[in-house]
Amino acid sequence: MAARRLESTSGASRDGTAGRMPVRLHIDWTRCDGRGLCTELLADQLTRDEWGYPLARRADDASNVPIPAAQLDAAHDAVALCPRQALRLVAE
Amino acid sequence: MDALPPVHGAPGPSAETTAPLAGGVVPPATTARLFLAADPTFAAHRAVYGPMPSIEHPNALVDELRLSGLDGRGGAGFAVWRKVAAVRNSSARRSKRPIVVANGSEGEPLSRKDETLMRRAPHLVIDGLLACAAVVGATDATLYVSTEGANVMRAAMAERADAAHVAVVVAPDGFVTGEATAVANALEHGVSVPRDHVVHLSESGVRGRPTLVQNVETLAQLALIARFGAAWFRSIGTADEPGTRVVTVSGAVDIPQVIEVAGGTPIRAIIDACMRPDHTLAGSLIDGSATPLSATEGRPSPVRAVLVGGYHGGWVPGDRLSVPLSRAELAPYGAQPGAGVLFVLGATACGLETSANIAAYLAGQSAGQCGVCVNGLPAMADVLSRLAARHRDARLPAEITRLADLVTGRGSCSHPDGTARFVLSSLTAFETDVRAHLEGRCEVHG
Ligand code: SF4
Ligand code: SF4
Repeated sequence: MAARRLESTSGASRDGTAGRMPVRLHIDWTRCDGRGLCTELLADQLTRDEWGYPLARRADDASNVPIPAAQLDAAHDAVALCPRQALRLVAE
Repeated sequence: MDALPPVHGAPGPSAETTAPLAGGVVPPATTARLFLAADPTFAAHRAVYGPMPSIEHPNALVDELRLSGLDGRGGAGFAVWRKVAAVRNSSARRSKRPIVVANGSEGEPLSRKDETLMRRAPHLVIDGLLACAAVVGATDATLYVSTEGANVMRAAMAERADAAHVAVVVAPDGFVTGEATAVANALEHGVSVPRDHVVHLSESGVRGRPTLVQNVETLAQLALIARFGAAWFRSIGTADEPGTRVVTVSGAVDIPQVIEVAGGTPIRAIIDACMRPDHTLAGSLIDGSATPLSATEGRPSPVRAVLVGGYHGGWVPGDRLSVPLSRAELAPYGAQPGAGVLFVLGATACGLETSANIAAYLAGQSAGQCGVCVNGLPAMADVLSRLAARHRDARLPAEITRLADLVTGRGSCSHPDGTARFVLSSLTAFETDVRAHLEGRCEVHG
């Protein structure tokens, strides 16, 4: 996927600039250990597969999950709190 | 697969007679294009192909590549001119010097074409690599090759002054070590495992520099296009599959070999070129829904199916061998011309058993980084092996399909996707075997 990396990859950038463009949550599978914190923060977007790894409920691209504007704060939290720093937000 | 006999061009349409160029060089007129040199020396190379023109107008070569329709020959089949243009543009935009890499690591166990090409025509690969470097303005050029490839390429480079700066990096064995991000990782960190990426390598690859990774056959083809032009390239092959491609044919054929064929050649013709004259398929097979005149006319098909595109490819059933080596026509089988692999499954082999073995091999080739790949591929291979072993559990095919969907798109490289595609293709191509196995029977083993 051709995506542009947002300024903030860990920690929150809540100045609203990101809110105006479509954003996806990118999962770095080489880091994720499947403990599932993100799936609790983003329960509408993510569920867990049988091994515990985050599974997009609806996505054309299972490694870059679309995040609706209303969930942007939760997505920022997931990025900040992921114990493996496996998540980042990317602009489409 | 053992050592393969010499390469030759398959019968195919020959180009219109082409006028000699400067120096008396005549552009290759038949399907044998890449293997014309009498031996791998620089002298033999120059004698048949003439000197490589210097790249004075990079954009003109990019345009020639676009007109040629040359696609990548490493597996993914991406348009070559787009990748070259992307690296050139990104380098200019970001003021970062690009890196070009010739990829001859050939991790696909069924493929020998890159090794053969480097052994027989190393100077075409070097010409193509240097041309790519010139087009994108790279001063760093690297060959990423197997140990054997490194030996032959080093010997070739020593014969010419213009390749002194080319670095050689030896790729470790392994199915995913030749994946483009694994190549970038190898050059940057010395570990050949794929890496996470949100932008293309052409934008930011090795140490953040725009990185152009091209398969060695792609570079050899490019070296010919730079010399003889896009119209010459297209004079063989079809409109959609122009030029020639180098394929590796193995399995149930008389003469397993590496062979250069015209783009769009039907699979059957390629197999026939690998058979003794009395064994050819032509006339002995009935395609599609055609009805045989009588049940005994012609001998039964000696081919159960052909795996096209390698272990990440798909099976084409034995009654569909008129399908050409073309992206569009192979798509319904989950296959693509890819790196040009054809593995012929004979009538005495069970497709589900063979597929289960390949799936188990692929599961073992996971780079071990991504949880879904590490857990999902062995799970999928395991269910397929139960089906192959004739477990009478009607839920097995649906479980395989579920796992294939589950792993797809959920790794840092396309290994889960390619493995899932292959496994799904075996369920489709061997549909009747699936039904028999679920009843505890096997069409081959009884
Ligand atoms: S929080 Fe991070 S490590 Fe945990 S499942 Fe989500 S992405 Fe993986
Ligand atoms: S998807 Fe599998 S093969 Fe690819 S990087 Fe991840 S673990 Fe390695």
